[in-house]
Amino acid sequence: MNNKAIDLREKSKWVWRQTLAVHRRAPETRLASSLSSIDIFVALYYGAVLRFDPTDPLNEARDRCVISKGHGSICMYPILADLGFFSMEELLNVCKAGSFLGGIPDPVIPGYETVNGSLGHGLGVATGMALGLKRKLSDRSIFVVVGDGELHEGANWEAIMFAAQHQLDNLHLIVDDNHISMLGYTDEIVSHGDLAQRLTAFGWSCMEVDGHDVLAVQSALLEQKNTASRKPKALIARTLKGHGVPGLENAQLSHIINPKPELIDSLLEEK
Amino acid sequence: MNVKPLAMRDVFLERIWCSMASEQKIFFVSADFGSPVLDKIRADFPDRFVNVGIAEQNLINVSAGLALEGYTVFAYAIAPFITMRCYEQIRVSLALLSEVRPMNVNLIGVGAGYSYVVSGPTHQCYEDITLMRALPNFQVLSPADHVTAASMFDICRDVQGPKYLRLDAQVLPVIYENNPPEMPNGLHVHKRGGQVCLIATGYMLHTALRVAENLALSGKTVGVIDLFDLARFSPDKLYQALDGYEGIVTLEEGFRGRGGVDSMMFEFVSRQKMKAKMLNIGVEGGYRFELGTRADLHEQVGIGYEVALKNINIFIESLSN
Repeated sequence: MNNKAIDLREKSKWVWRQTLAVHRRAPETRLASSLSSIDIFVALYYGAVLRFDPTDPLNEARDRCVISKGHGSICMYPILADLGFFSMEELLNVCKAGSFLGGIPDPVIPGYETVNGSLGHGLGVATGMALGLKRKLSDRSIFVVVGDGELHEGANWEAIMFAAQHQLDNLHLIVDDNHISMLGYTDEIVSHGDLAQRLTAFGWSCMEVDGHDVLAVQSALLEQKNTASRKPKALIARTLKGHGVPGLENAQLSHIINPKPELIDSLLEEK
Repeated sequence: MNVKPLAMRDVFLERIWCSMASEQKIFFVSADFGSPVLDKIRADFPDRFVNVGIAEQNLINVSAGLALEGYTVFAYAIAPFITMRCYEQIRVSLALLSEVRPMNVNLIGVGAGYSYVVSGPTHQCYEDITLMRALPNFQVLSPADHVTAASMFDICRDVQGPKYLRLDAQVLPVIYENNPPEMPNGLHVHKRGGQVCLIATGYMLHTALRVAENLALSGKTVGVIDLFDLARFSPDKLYQALDGYEGIVTLEEGFRGRGGVDSMMFEFVSRQKMKAKMLNIGVEGGYRFELGTRADLHEQVGIGYEVALKNINIFIESLSN
């Protein structure tokens, strides 16, 4: 299991560059939504939040991480490779024939728990896992990463109500709250209003954080993990879709925009 | 008849209840659907029973999560709701995920065909065979009596993977008495001989057997097969059972020509290069809102005993000419 001290800010920068590089080689991948979630995943995997074993990804003693926003987790490829779930060389093969690293991550990838390509399933499955862990008297935790657009899927709210009813305080919902889905701003499509207030009203313990302050994300996750609240826990990470890429960041259609290769090359040279 | 007919769901749930004391990994999940036997499960095993409410999407996803944590899960709801209300969850969280993760989730649907007689088409279920057999790694079980349903519990408990068990909501006459059919074959031959073989599933096996008995009175012998495993039946056993027949009649409580048992048999006959002609008895037309007995409704939609007898007689005559 991992526990060595790591400069999380530097790691986030490295993952950002690696994600751009993966997208440069495999433009079929979704870049913008993978950039908004980088600091969340860095905090989870490098910030001593998750317990995991890269040599035995399904080890019973692991904390579970369900990555429900599948498209927007291409940044997990360099993270998992860096941590030893698979080799760094695999990053050269994303979306290529014979590779297990596709445009949308599948559970054939070591480190992925569930099917993610279709949105709105991760939280429900994680809720069942959380209930199962409780019944097994396990002290392991489950973290679920969703996008705010994904919360339009009604099945999430069935799970949200169920988790509160059963006091699943081993369940952590992290919302990559970038406010943009495929065709525009979620506030203009179907607004979640005050999402924290809404989740609180549903019986969850809720925190909000700047989702690009990786240390703040780490701190919030650890605080929630170490608090016995008898409530499921939500962390709303305020993020920017396409974070750090000019023309992409917070652009209405950023989900389907591919930056020009020359722009990516210049960004990779700069930072 | 020594065995008293019982509701399929009661005997199936009784087997679950009997096993839960020794089998610590069994978990029961209901979408706010009950039965007297379920009350015993709730009372005796509260830590391994959960009611998700009227929320079939969450029923499937919670069941998937429990299975990932090692539980043998029985998910329970009315048949059309546990199949069609949450088909995407079934596909993604059960069919796809179980390809890469060991999972044992059993969907127990009550209300096959017209068995919720007066509840209308929302609660009746004539599409489930088509939909569930479309998922390549799903086992689809369709018992014709409570004896068969009870013996299917062993498959559900012991065989990994996702399964759908379609149970009739009514108490049906006992067919198998104390000798349930051999599960691995997926089918049971009740009668042999003649030019034509009737192949039926679920409630329609009762209709097929009645038709066969009536035909026998006029000297016409037909074969009768119960196809109770609609996805993993033994092709060799089915071929042996059908070999030599000039005609095959399918009987199902599902829409005719929409991918159910009729389509399955057309494909089987074609692949096996069999020469038999086919008559398909299935629900004609679309959704209907008429009220009546189950027998009345069956006659209206072309799958009743009288209409089946008439059409099978015509089919037999056509083969002779």
